[in-house]
Amino acid sequence: MARFRYPALVLLGLAALILAPRGEGNYIIFIFTSWLTYSIAAMGLNLTLGYSGQISLAQASFMGIGAYITALLTLAGLPWIVGMLAAVAATFVVGLALGFPALRVKGHFLAFVTLAFNTLFFLVARNEDWLTGGNYGLSGMPRPNLIFASTMKNLPFYYFTLGVFVVAAALMWWIVHSPWGRAFKGLRENPVRAESLGVDTTRLTLLAFAIGSAYGGLAGALVSPLVQYIDPGSFALGISLKILLMVVVGGAGYFYGPMLGAAIVILLPEVLRFTEGYYLMIYATAVIVLMVFSPRGLMGLGERLWHRLTRPARQVRADMAGGAQL
Amino acid sequence: MSRPVLSVRNITKSFGGIKAVQGVSFDVAPGEVLGLIGPNGSGKSTLFNCVLGQYRPDSGEVLVNGRKVGGQRACDLNKMGVGRTFQQLSVFPGMSVLDNILLAGQEHKGSMLSRLFGPRDAGLTGEAEKMIEFFRLGHLRDTLAGALSYGQQKLVDAAMAFMAGPTLVLLDEPAGGVNLTMLGALKDRLIAYNRDHGTSFVVIEHNMEFVMSLCTRIIVLAEGRIIAEGAPEEVRSNQMVIDAYLGG
Repeated sequence: MARFRYPALVLLGLAALILAPRGEGNYIIFIFTSWLTYSIAAMGLNLTLGYSGQISLAQASFMGIGAYITALLTLAGLPWIVGMLAAVAATFVVGLALGFPALRVKGHFLAFVTLAFNTLFFLVARNEDWLTGGNYGLSGMPRPNLIFASTMKNLPFYYFTLGVFVVAAALMWWIVHSPWGRAFKGLRENPVRAESLGVDTTRLTLLAFAIGSAYGGLAGALVSPLVQYIDPGSFALGISLKILLMVVVGGAGYFYGPMLGAAIVILLPEVLRFTEGYYLMIYATAVIVLMVFSPRGLMGLGERLWHRLTRPARQVRADMAGGAQL
Repeated sequence: MSRPVLSVRNITKSFGGIKAVQGVSFDVAPGEVLGLIGPNGSGKSTLFNCVLGQYRPDSGEVLVNGRKVGGQRACDLNKMGVGRTFQQLSVFPGMSVLDNILLAGQEHKGSMLSRLFGPRDAGLTGEAEKMIEFFRLGHLRDTLAGALSYGQQKLVDAAMAFMAGPTLVLLDEPAGGVNLTMLGALKDRLIAYNRDHGTSFVVIEHNMEFVMSLCTRIIVLAEGRIIAEGAPEEVRSNQMVIDAYLGG
């Protein structure tokens, strides 16, 4: 029975996602769709940061690149799928290029490099108005036209986004559970040792950035038809910090961490809106308390509680579990 | 005589005005366990790093299985059949013992793409379990490596070095910080592995008892030069070695 527990929980979660927007107004559906979109971006950053240990403060810029490419192509009359594929390919290549500094600098130095890249993207998007519309941005992007349905209304577009989210999550699940995922974790935990075991850490670091960035591009390709208006401010450094917060609050290096984190960052402010002027203070305090008591985020906290409930209070030392064999 | 697994020829390496290694040459035969000992500052680690390609020697050359090495990345050297352990604990603490061992072998299986689309264990679970059992860690298979005792982590570290079936393994102070019981287990396993697979070892070690009982030949370095070489009993009674260690 235990074998079916995990797939059953996943199906239950999926059913909840299908039923969640039923009977809700446009605004709530918009918030749910935003959550799914940001979850995809956060999933990408989770691969770069959580699984591979490479800090990036540029995820919003990849969303921006994806959003602008999709917007420009769909405004030119091309179908969304073409825009999305171009966005994913372009962000993969740009992410690969951004990975090169990561081969030389680590930690907060790498954070500054990626931060500079996000700022550079913001400036280009603001100043090159012949392409990006500058501060006025781009608007009126069409939503995807499916063969069997239109996604012009919010509910069909939510289901369309859900479909993309499920495919993206399944792909990510496959990656992190493959030998690549093990190698990414090796890169995070002990890169010198990993390299001595034959892991090509150069290639892996670049891939961690490229795949993570491509997820940012995919999220951007969804933001464009979701909001139908994009401007440089939508992809500024603050948004990158917000995506980082999603990963950290949810639990970096946990598969479901970014989804949970995105839920907290996107949905919690809405839930706390009844507190009016206090909601940001309550929200900030909750995040600080969480980080102090559970630096591994909500998933880490849940894991700790689960172990406390399911394991005996006084655990035998792991190395003595099989007796003093050595 | 069969071709040496490792040939170090006239290696010299200086740092500024300090000559860390001066014209050192030696060969390691297939299946041989060579000990590299010497007092602190004798050039052991520099020599080790020259062999591993982390330092580029000023002169001389290093050949692994007849192929010249130098400037290679550690991953490429590993694929040439060179395994190593580290002085400091060097496991992946957040991964299970099994995953540590699988990671040590997976990069030698198939291509990059087959490792993405192929089986999750790269088809290595059986082999990894055998290695875990060989190092008597079977009861800890699914335990996080970071939760093991220091000595057990040293065993995992050693098991990882052997997982890809190397022809040469460089062991950097394997006995450092390991308690006596665990040290006996580690030595026993290393001897058994060498006997069963014929893998050559080069061991840098300060624990004389450990190195004398593990190695078949010992090279003693002092001030960057070889001052003695031979079987453990010969080295133990060599006056130059005694002087070098006691500062005589």
